[in-house]
Amino acid sequence: MKIHEYQAKEILKQYGVPIPKGGVVETPEEAKKVAEEIGAKTIVLKAQIHAGGRGKAGGVRVVQSPSEVEGVAKEMIGMTLVTPQTGTKGKVVRKILVEEGMEIKEELYLGVVIDRSKALPVIMASREGGIEIEKVAAESPEKIVKEWVDPSIGLRPFLVNKIGYGLGFGPGEVGKLRPIVVGLFNAFYEKDCLLAEINPLILTKSGEFFALDAKINFDDNGLFRHKEIIQLRDLHEEDPLEIEASKYNLNYIKLNGNVGCMVNGAGLAMATMDIIKVFGAEPANFLDVGGGATVEMVRNGFKILMSDPDVKVVFINIFGGILRCDTLAKGVTEAVREVKVNVPIIVRLEGTNVEEGRRILNDSGLNFTIAHGMYEGAKKAVEALTTQRA
Amino acid sequence: MSILIDENTRVLVQGMTGNEGMFHTRQMVEYGTKIVAGVTPGKGGQKVDGIPVFNTVAEAVRETEVNASAIFVPPAFAADAILEAADSNIPLIVCLTEGIPTLDMIKVKEYLHKKNIHLIGPNTPGIISPGKCKIGVMAGYIHKQGPVGIMSRSGTLTYEVVDQLTKKGIGQSTCVGIGGDQIIGLDYVDLLQLFEKDPETQALIMIGEIGGTAEEEAAQFIDREIRKPIIAFIAGLTAPPGRRMGHAGAIISGGKGTAQEKMEALEKAGVRVVKNPALVGEEMEKILNR
Repeated sequence: MKIHEYQAKEILKQYGVPIPKGGVVETPEEAKKVAEEIGAKTIVLKAQIHAGGRGKAGGVRVVQSPSEVEGVAKEMIGMTLVTPQTGTKGKVVRKILVEEGMEIKEELYLGVVIDRSKALPVIMASREGGIEIEKVAAESPEKIVKEWVDPSIGLRPFLVNKIGYGLGFGPGEVGKLRPIVVGLFNAFYEKDCLLAEINPLILTKSGEFFALDAKINFDDNGLFRHKEIIQLRDLHEEDPLEIEASKYNLNYIKLNGNVGCMVNGAGLAMATMDIIKVFGAEPANFLDVGGGATVEMVRNGFKILMSDPDVKVVFINIFGGILRCDTLAKGVTEAVREVKVNVPIIVRLEGTNVEEGRRILNDSGLNFTIAHGMYEGAKKAVEALTTQRA
Repeated sequence: MSILIDENTRVLVQGMTGNEGMFHTRQMVEYGTKIVAGVTPGKGGQKVDGIPVFNTVAEAVRETEVNASAIFVPPAFAADAILEAADSNIPLIVCLTEGIPTLDMIKVKEYLHKKNIHLIGPNTPGIISPGKCKIGVMAGYIHKQGPVGIMSRSGTLTYEVVDQLTKKGIGQSTCVGIGGDQIIGLDYVDLLQLFEKDPETQALIMIGEIGGTAEEEAAQFIDREIRKPIIAFIAGLTAPPGRRMGHAGAIISGGKGTAQEKMEALEKAGVRVVKNPALVGEEMEKILNR
């Protein structure tokens, strides 16, 4: 689960990480009020959306006089930001973070992630790169200091020394960096994060560190023990069809093609998308109905799939195991009766109760194309799409 | 022969009295797996189809000769269940549970490091040595005993591949689901070592997916150590970056973990990479007939 910058900063503040003075607002009037409370000459306004690349897209504005804040906030609230991470449709700005402008001497990167190969959390820090950290990681990895934290000993003072002195700082700066590294790591560890990063972490001209931007991604599997985190979810930032799917415990991701897919199991669902591509078309979505799907889940999954207007043909690829083919067939026939379907549906069924499943489809009087095997199914789906276009 | 499990494997089921645990216990028994005990705290003394249930793993180990454990315990308690099995030194633990918090698994891995214990999973369909033993939720009937070893991060995609093989009359020595999570027990490298030494296994299939660098690490190892022929399929060539594709581990982040990179690394190591998932069986037929 992702959260906004202002929410991440709130969490880090609770863990003792210094953040610039400011507050989040939804109206220009509130923006003006917060700016007055800050009382600084330079004010920064930052659009709060779940995507990076805001600066270049006009989502971060700096004003040199508090009197300009209200006007700039008016321009920003309600605007649609398109960044490389939002997709072409962009995202509507509903909230902005109004903050004190800082006099920056140096920009650093500080982050904690899971190192999958070592099965340990790793703290990464660099004085190069700042927001271009991925480039630094790819081109000059030696400029990134990495320290792995063994959970049996925790984050020890010597590890922080290795990071601080490893970055080339003197004792004074290492002392000031210490609570930030400890705070960030503790937030990561106690809140079940997959990523917690401060980027950039800045050193001001007066020699103080501040988290100028922050990003936290939580482990969905750990949310059950963090009710306070679940409340931070912003549904505006998610695709409506994906929200609908999550209500039924379905895993749906909207993509850009025309072949709607319904599959059981994440691996087979990805492989189904890939085989569609092999035959020359593009998948419209990823939809994993899961191992233990019920008739109702299948029915709802099919409806969600069909509510995407880009879907011109449907390919259902099921390898029944725990999910029985008759359950699938019942769900699909019910859904087809409920919603008007005017696109071809190709069904490939295999596994548990396959005969019963095929019988239900055949006896339904509805128009399904039955395919034997994944190869034939994908081929027929792509053929049906090309016939339509011709 | 086969790897990790065979006709001498004696299985304990943790969480046997739950819905999932009971259903799959019966399925495993029906397949021929020797299930000798169950554990559910508070239900000690009960029996499921004549199989004794104990309160603790230690008790089950004391009373029966267990050498493997299958875990069907809800995510919040599953890490504890793995640790309990490890505490009793059960040499093979198969954790089927999906949704265990990542940080819980990091602590579990640290503990397992200290002991000589194999963990399969979590978030795995399990492991099967066809005709001998099945510890997991896969449908037994699609399998057939034979020369091909399979390692996979996915469930139904593995069934798909197994089905392609069996329909061509090609059997499997052992099929292992390594799990779809970020932090897992045995990985490709561990299994490659075991399969390379197993006389029954003549060829291997590796089913990978986007996310992490396990396939790249396997490629390096294959290049140095493995002589047996390998076919690989990597799912997620069309997956968008930054989106978790179902499995917790299947995510392209920071430009790393793409299917393309993995395929290239494997090809460089001499692995036959198949781009069409429906043609894995056909490719294997060619290799075995050579």
